[in-house]
Amino acid sequence: MTIDMSQFYQAFFEEADELLAEMEKLLLSVDMSAPDSEDLNAIFRAAHSIKGGAATFGFNDITEVTHMLESLLDRIRKGEMALTPDHVDAFLSAKDVLGMQMDGHRNGSNVDQSAVNGVCQRLKALSQGMIAAAPPVVVAVEPAAPVAAPAVDKDGTARFRIELPEVSQRDVDALATELGLLGTISQESLADKRVVFTLATSESQDDIVAICSFVLDPDDLKISRQEIAPAMADSPGQPFVPETVSAPLAEQLAASPAVADTKTASPRAAAKEAPSQESSIRVSVEKVDQLINLVGELVITQAMIEQRISTLNPTHHERLLHSANQLARNTRDLQEAVMSIRMMQMDYVFSRFPRMVRDLAGKLGKKIEFVTQGATTELDKGLIERIIDPLTHLVRNSVDHGVEMPEKRREAGKHETGKLTLSAAHQGGNIVIEVRDDGGGLNRDRILAKAKQQGLPVSDSMPDGEVWQLIFAPGFSTAEVVTDVSGRGVGMDVVKRNIAAMGGSVEIRSVTGAGTTIAISLPLTLAILDGMSVKVGEEVYILPLGYVIESLQPAAVDVKEIAGQGRVVKVREEYLPLIPLYQIFAIEPQFEEPEKGILVVLESDGKKAALLVDSLVGQQQVVVKNLESNFRKVAGISGATILGDGSVSLILDVAALLRASRQLNADTIFS
Amino acid sequence: MSSTTTQTSVTAAAENSGNEFLAFTLGCEEYGIDILRVQEIRGYEPVTRIGNAPDFIKGVVNLRGIIVPIVDMRIKFNLGTPVYDHLTVVIILNIAGRMVGMVVDSVSDVMTLSLEQMRPAPEITTVFDSDYLMGLGSIEERMLILVDIDKLMSSPEMGLIEKMAA
Repeated sequence: MTIDMSQFYQAFFEEADELLAEMEKLLLSVDMSAPDSEDLNAIFRAAHSIKGGAATFGFNDITEVTHMLESLLDRIRKGEMALTPDHVDAFLSAKDVLGMQMDGHRNGSNVDQSAVNGVCQRLKALSQGMIAAAPPVVVAVEPAAPVAAPAVDKDGTARFRIELPEVSQRDVDALATELGLLGTISQESLADKRVVFTLATSESQDDIVAICSFVLDPDDLKISRQEIAPAMADSPGQPFVPETVSAPLAEQLAASPAVADTKTASPRAAAKEAPSQESSIRVSVEKVDQLINLVGELVITQAMIEQRISTLNPTHHERLLHSANQLARNTRDLQEAVMSIRMMQMDYVFSRFPRMVRDLAGKLGKKIEFVTQGATTELDKGLIERIIDPLTHLVRNSVDHGVEMPEKRREAGKHETGKLTLSAAHQGGNIVIEVRDDGGGLNRDRILAKAKQQGLPVSDSMPDGEVWQLIFAPGFSTAEVVTDVSGRGVGMDVVKRNIAAMGGSVEIRSVTGAGTTIAISLPLTLAILDGMSVKVGEEVYILPLGYVIESLQPAAVDVKEIAGQGRVVKVREEYLPLIPLYQIFAIEPQFEEPEKGILVVLESDGKKAALLVDSLVGQQQVVVKNLESNFRKVAGISGATILGDGSVSLILDVAALLRASRQLNADTIFS
Repeated sequence: MSSTTTQTSVTAAAENSGNEFLAFTLGCEEYGIDILRVQEIRGYEPVTRIGNAPDFIKGVVNLRGIIVPIVDMRIKFNLGTPVYDHLTVVIILNIAGRMVGMVVDSVSDVMTLSLEQMRPAPEITTVFDSDYLMGLGSIEERMLILVDIDKLMSSPEMGLIEKMAA
């Protein structure tokens, strides 16, 4: 029966992508002096699986490269060859080449044959050059006590007992044929109708698993191994060698001693900080987005219902109101659950950097240790994709301009190896992502000088925080040399714009000689907002609740004018700038005097201000609708929403409002 | 007298837009736009104002969950005093995926124009910049000013679409 294999290509490519990413991650984190055997095995298995898949589909170029990779890896994991930086470099290059070859098959893109040949040469050279026996690789786990797992037996035949989960007869037959090619196979049935194969072969267990994984999930298999030819088992003089079977077995056996079967460890094996081994389903983004939209509409409809029944007499309609309350709760829960679907871990972003930092640092001759914190912090997928470019730019900046060359660091009394930290954490309704380096810090004088040169309005007495913000000006760069990495001055303003477009903000902290921290703050959810509705004149606006501290009606004496421009209001012991909303949007207000209206105290970027409105209308959860999809960006407005009565209400961009007012006040105070 | 729109450009425009035009009135004149750009026709509903926007951008409305800006062409082109009553019509346009509503005095019918019925527009100062005119349509005694609504709505002077900084 001929099957058209091309329908399976997509699955192969996706899985291969994941395996390559996994391989790269492990290679970058491997400790040369004491490589973890589980990691080595995982890298080996990744290469092995890709080779198997590629062979099935006839991608011979990929098979060739992976075969060489696999042989080298096999020797390394068995301790016959030492893992050196040269190896890691070669493997990483091989990973790149494999990616390129796969793109060639996937979408016909160009494959640089010379790069492929180059990698093959390197791998060949490595396999011939360094055959010196490795010092015994220290295995972090003790061999499992109960099952005396036999020592590696390369030449002897072994008998494997393979228990299959429930599969169709057709699959069983297919497997039997395939496995039969490896050696002698016999088949039995268990009581619960599952099948057990007994295979006598000289192939390795991994080969068997690889073949079975075309039909089943390796986790569902139970394989155990029985020695037939006890050739080199347990001879005392042998250096202990990492055993594919015993190591994962030992880790998993921490809790259950009675093991007759060796469960094949999947690539994401036990312990460590392995991402949770839940089953997952691939769903297209459009479906998820549609789901989110529908839930958004549901929220609006539910709000409308709530509004319409709010006028009903509670006693007469008690049951109706009770059900409506329940509906509100259910809708809220549904909403939260659906929003969390689109949340992805920051690790998705962070994982691309180790390689980049390593390559870049190597190229520039710097030594940099890259650390991530809070990689499990979750962020909406849409934001995650948009934060990648700005973050990439900031990381490159830190490597290029921030961290100094090793000699300079030594002179300054610092450790030769600089540290670059990427962290993410939830803070209030936001996620804060920081890029921290312990390099030379920003040079205040150089920045001020450059700003003056560019004609920007600066003063020597500007606080540091504002001086650092100057680097976001278009075309700004104090780099003396333009490299192909950075220095052209086009990056930072784009970074700031992108972040602002996401509704976020950037803050810079720096200490000369000690380092720089760039903190990006982003709102957690794009689509649904807790808002406070306020009324000015005939218009109703929405204030995102996350920015609202309190609201009050001031006494006339607490409102002061400053130099005829702008007013401030005294709230407790602070003087806050007063922002009259009617002025910003040219509305005819009901009250112009603060003491007759309401002041809403807002906080953004660590600064506070008081917004003057006519009255507070209420508080509700709103679905944010994009204004820019059909219109252009309106200053001071971050989006729109549809109220319970079907009318549109604009959502205020609090951060922008506060920044604008600060500018105004700063001008009046400092000029 | 040189025509700014020649017969060839009329043909080209016609090929681009097809030959069916929706006829509507603004002030005393009849205009025609490509029917394929028209999504729906509605009455005038109260809009939510957008502060600091030009006069002719009345604001935004909720169209089955989508926020759509409403512009009043009568204000933009100074065609008398606009009236908003139960007879006022809003044509909802869909231009390259963006929706915008256009307030007009009234809508009449959909007309199919053949190439012979389309003439180049003479270079006279009309309400619209002649860049936005596709030509003149002539049927019996009616004259339709055929507007390239794509170009008009996307133009910077309408200010509906943000130009990205280079």
